[in-house]
Amino acid sequence: MNMIRLVYYECVKTFLKKRTYLGFLIILIIVPLVEIAMKIEGGRFTGATLRSLQQDFFFVGNLFNGWIVAHQLMNSLWVHIPLLISFVAGDQMAGEATAGTYRLILIRPVSRTRIFFSKYLTTLVYTIVFVGFLGILSVGLAVALMGTGDLLVFDRGILVLPASDVAWRFFAAYILAGWSMAAVATIAFFFSSFVENAIGPIVATMGMLIIMLILGVLPVEFFQSLQPYLLTSYSSVWTKVFADPVRWDEILTSVIALGSYSLGFVSLAWFIFVRKDILT
Amino acid sequence: MPDSILQTTCLSKQFKKRFAVRNLNLEVFPGDIFGFLGPNGAGKSTTIRMLLTLIKPTEGDVHLFGHSVLKNRHEALKSVGGMVEKPDFYLYLSAVRNLEQVGALQGGTTLKRIFEVLELVGLKERAYDRVKTYSHGMKQRLGIAQALLNDPELIVLDEPTNGLDPQGTKEIRELILSLARDRKKTVVLSSHLLSEIEIVANRMAVINRGELVVQGEVKSLLDAGEHHVIITGSPATRIRKVLASRASNVRSFRKQGEEYHAVMEFGDVPKLVQLLVKSGVKIESVIPRRSLEDYFLSITESSSIA
Repeated sequence: MNMIRLVYYECVKTFLKKRTYLGFLIILIIVPLVEIAMKIEGGRFTGATLRSLQQDFFFVGNLFNGWIVAHQLMNSLWVHIPLLISFVAGDQMAGEATAGTYRLILIRPVSRTRIFFSKYLTTLVYTIVFVGFLGILSVGLAVALMGTGDLLVFDRGILVLPASDVAWRFFAAYILAGWSMAAVATIAFFFSSFVENAIGPIVATMGMLIIMLILGVLPVEFFQSLQPYLLTSYSSVWTKVFADPVRWDEILTSVIALGSYSLGFVSLAWFIFVRKDILT
Repeated sequence: MPDSILQTTCLSKQFKKRFAVRNLNLEVFPGDIFGFLGPNGAGKSTTIRMLLTLIKPTEGDVHLFGHSVLKNRHEALKSVGGMVEKPDFYLYLSAVRNLEQVGALQGGTTLKRIFEVLELVGLKERAYDRVKTYSHGMKQRLGIAQALLNDPELIVLDEPTNGLDPQGTKEIRELILSLARDRKKTVVLSSHLLSEIEIVANRMAVINRGELVVQGEVKSLLDAGEHHVIITGSPATRIRKVLASRASNVRSFRKQGEEYHAVMEFGDVPKLVQLLVKSGVKIESVIPRRSLEDYFLSITESSSIA
């Protein structure tokens, strides 16, 4: 059976569901609201950000532009994006169990493995579309409203990236962000594959991320030794492209770690799903 | 006898320590309307879930068209359509979209075929309405439509008349009969109502507490054993006199409360009624009952009390 067709019909199911658009709606409200407010506030926004630095440094020219706004927004939104992603990813399998539609689809002459992976690929499609939408809206609108210019970032110190060197970094940052969110979506998908309501996977995914985040910052030797194994140590991989020079070796390590997380969780979910008795 | 198209061998399912189904051997032949009968909780749905691969058996196997569902699931399910328990769909999608989803999992379908099955179950006019606007009866009919989508040779329906009003029940029953009669489909139909199975099925199996009680031709099973006729009326002395007479052909009888239970052939009932009337008995009721019916009622009642 054609896998592309299965993924297509899974996408039809996902993208015709109202809850799929909740995340898009939130982004569609927050991003223009914040960026228009920043445009109105103008230089006061950068002024507040740089206030502490202005005691030691003297800044020449206008650092307030679309790039810096888009960068700031990317930093602040990534706390909430996993929640919005897990909202749909956590419903992929659990939604079928809740609705009783496993009984409709799993009695067909197509293997559970194919059904499982068509659902997983649909989850990844949703994640990529969502991150892409966020990127296009937040960067596109910020640049349209406030133009371009040099980008001031903090990376082991103050770094000013020239305007001509920024666009590709945003592009690469959103690709890496998509990869990172795919790992989050996979965890939500994993929880979704063995529970019967969609709330559980969302709570479990967020709970897991929060626990890892806390463990990662606690100044306790034992917890610090766990850091290489925590997803949250790698999930902000996209920030690394705003460095000069870009630390590609660190990016590669993070990409492999995130990929391993995705592979591990999707394998475990598959193992559970193909053996599962459908009792709902 | 032709080769069976559905066969279960020593089929068992254990949930923790409890056997939901134990050592079940069923056989369904081409053209059968096979009634799968048992009280609620007898193991019917668990069996049907095993037939359609929703549940893995603890022991035993199911063969559909000669293919094991455990070893060759794809071939086994290729010519099978089914509906398990209540018909659940993607409520936010239309009937057409739902059937497209089902079709995609069967190697694709056409809009023409979707409308054919919707017309067959009388839902063509509501094809593009969201399923959440459908009544229970309409969902039940859509459930049968999805089971027919791939034009299967074998259709497995789990309590398809559950929750329907008498008119809805009659419509589904007629649809099942027409599928077997006009389209030469083999149908496995589970129910907890003997009367329903009696009307539509030619072969049946009775299951209780997960174990097979009896299996065979409906007619021969219902005709086998003793037939009881329950008579109520007055005066009691005259009823007793008629039942005791050789002319009534009653083999034996006993009084149970206000009722007389007579063991006799059903063919002799009209003659018995005639004799009762002639002897001046005011008949209130004469109810023929078969041993299987009594047996089934007894297991149904005992399970509902439990």
